[in-house]
Amino acid sequence: MAAKPEMVAVTAARARRRPAGGPGDAVFHGLTMFFAVLVLLILGGVIASLVSGALPALRQFGFGFIVNGAWNPVTENFGALAPIYGTLVTSLIAMLIGIPVAFGVALFITELCPKWLKRPLGTMIELLAAIPSIIYGIWGLFVLAPFIQEYVEPALIATFGRIPGLGILFAGPPLGIGVLTAGFILAIMVLPFIAAVMRDVFETVPPMLKESAYGLGAITAEIVWRVVLPYARVGVVGGILLGLGRALGETMAVTFVIGNSHHIHASILQPGTTISAALANEFTEAVSDLYQSSLIALGFILFVITFIVLAAAKLMLLRLQKGAGATA
Amino acid sequence: MQLYTSRRLSNYLIVALSLGATAFGLLFLVFVLGTLLVNGVGALSPTLFTQTTPPPGSAGGLMNAIFGSLAMTVIATLVGTPTGILAGTFLAEYAHNSRLGEVVRFVNDILLSAPSIIIGLFVYSILVVPMGHFSAWAGAVALAIIMIPVIVRTTEDMLSLVPNELREAAAALGAPKWKIVVTVTYRSAVQGMLTGVLLAVARISGETAPLLFTALNNQFFSSDLNRPMANLPVVIFQFAMSPYADWQALAWAGALLITAAILVLNIGARLFASWSGLEK
Repeated sequence: MAAKPEMVAVTAARARRRPAGGPGDAVFHGLTMFFAVLVLLILGGVIASLVSGALPALRQFGFGFIVNGAWNPVTENFGALAPIYGTLVTSLIAMLIGIPVAFGVALFITELCPKWLKRPLGTMIELLAAIPSIIYGIWGLFVLAPFIQEYVEPALIATFGRIPGLGILFAGPPLGIGVLTAGFILAIMVLPFIAAVMRDVFETVPPMLKESAYGLGAITAEIVWRVVLPYARVGVVGGILLGLGRALGETMAVTFVIGNSHHIHASILQPGTTISAALANEFTEAVSDLYQSSLIALGFILFVITFIVLAAAKLMLLRLQKGAGATA
Repeated sequence: MQLYTSRRLSNYLIVALSLGATAFGLLFLVFVLGTLLVNGVGALSPTLFTQTTPPPGSAGGLMNAIFGSLAMTVIATLVGTPTGILAGTFLAEYAHNSRLGEVVRFVNDILLSAPSIIIGLFVYSILVVPMGHFSAWAGAVALAIIMIPVIVRTTEDMLSLVPNELREAAAALGAPKWKIVVTVTYRSAVQGMLTGVLLAVARISGETAPLLFTALNNQFFSSDLNRPMANLPVVIFQFAMSPYADWQALAWAGALLITAAILVLNIGARLFASWSGLEK
């Protein structure tokens, strides 16, 4: 339907009478601002509800909560050390496996693969990110854990397990369910996130820089180490932190395969727990107020850790954006 | 000559490593989807859609869980879409160089990657505790909160792609700002915004952690939004962790349904975007 000329004229006349745009503008502006502020309120609400829920536990245990390794619902003695330890160790394993692989994937997509393959490959990696964590969980429980128990863990015990000192990391029977399996699943899950950011960051490197280096006879490895990485350093770290934020808070996949034990084992083959796994397993069963409050306090600790990691990631990526804008 | 050979070899090495990493990543995509197909297709049957979740040892389906998931996803989408679009509009149209805009953008990105189980805890304390029981409403609200940041982000990105000349032309005709946004900017960005909504729906349809403390689960069919409601992710979680073979088979079938729905949504969104010329 074409606008009738007289309608345009009427609108124009109205605009002339009220230069600010009339009440419609104020209403629409207010409406959008209200919902934007709502986003802030959600985050504020999350923080407030976590703090108020965690208060009873923090009042009871004080800062000792963080370094207390006990978790006993019967005597109501709760400490966050085991879940914090499990969260950090599984994420560390995920990063050790995930970062090099993601780097390789991003490198292949941006520098090496033929042009026609770029789009389908990128899409497939992104589909890997779209699969929900519960699917990784059920797959990990029924497929990956038995595989790791059967092949990977005996091999690890037979090789690294014999090395004095290092062997303590690989002690104990091969259970399949444990910290190593959880870390491995997390690695697969964060891989597409890190790879996608790295790919985007590598794309920002001006082709002229790379072409000059190639012209001087550099090989791909040298281009990556001497040209791409120095240029894209901040963005790469940002992408890694983004992946780390995901790994720290990942719940379902980990809950399936970590074994949910509140004991801290030095061996990564043994079961453990993470903050999110403890919440998923125990929250609806926590009968006493102190038990529930301790779990919320765990959630608060998780929120603080991920908030710091994500904020750092965001700031680094922002810095890169501004830098790229300045040089372009 | 020696130097040349060694440099060529190390170049091959890096190519091989990078190719290996890509193959490793794709291997798992194929591996996960393959297992899902093998185990899920075997458990598929028409009774999935006609019968409710059974007690262990007897036959049944996932009808109540499928209904619950659909109901909560629809409500979450109805709540999350307008909220996200309006907040995204504020960022793209009204908040250039404004302090508030910067803060909202930052907070939105934090929410975008915040652990979803934390959102579950939040909704538990603001809805489940005051109401005194778990409910489908609480589940839908938790899903909506997870959805909002995704839509805010895509809406802002898509609106920023609209050339300013269009807005200026409309303004020159005397249209007020709200009319410019609604009839000009939205209209030229509508495909992109719809893609964002589709991706957000895909994101929440597999979310499990936030539903554990909000919608919980229900052994029976229920359409009462004030009561706990069965939903696919939580049923998969409980059935897969159980020792009963028939429950585990149902979990695989449910997992296949969810993944198929999500992949269809994702690929659909992509096709839609490329068909409307949005992808680079």
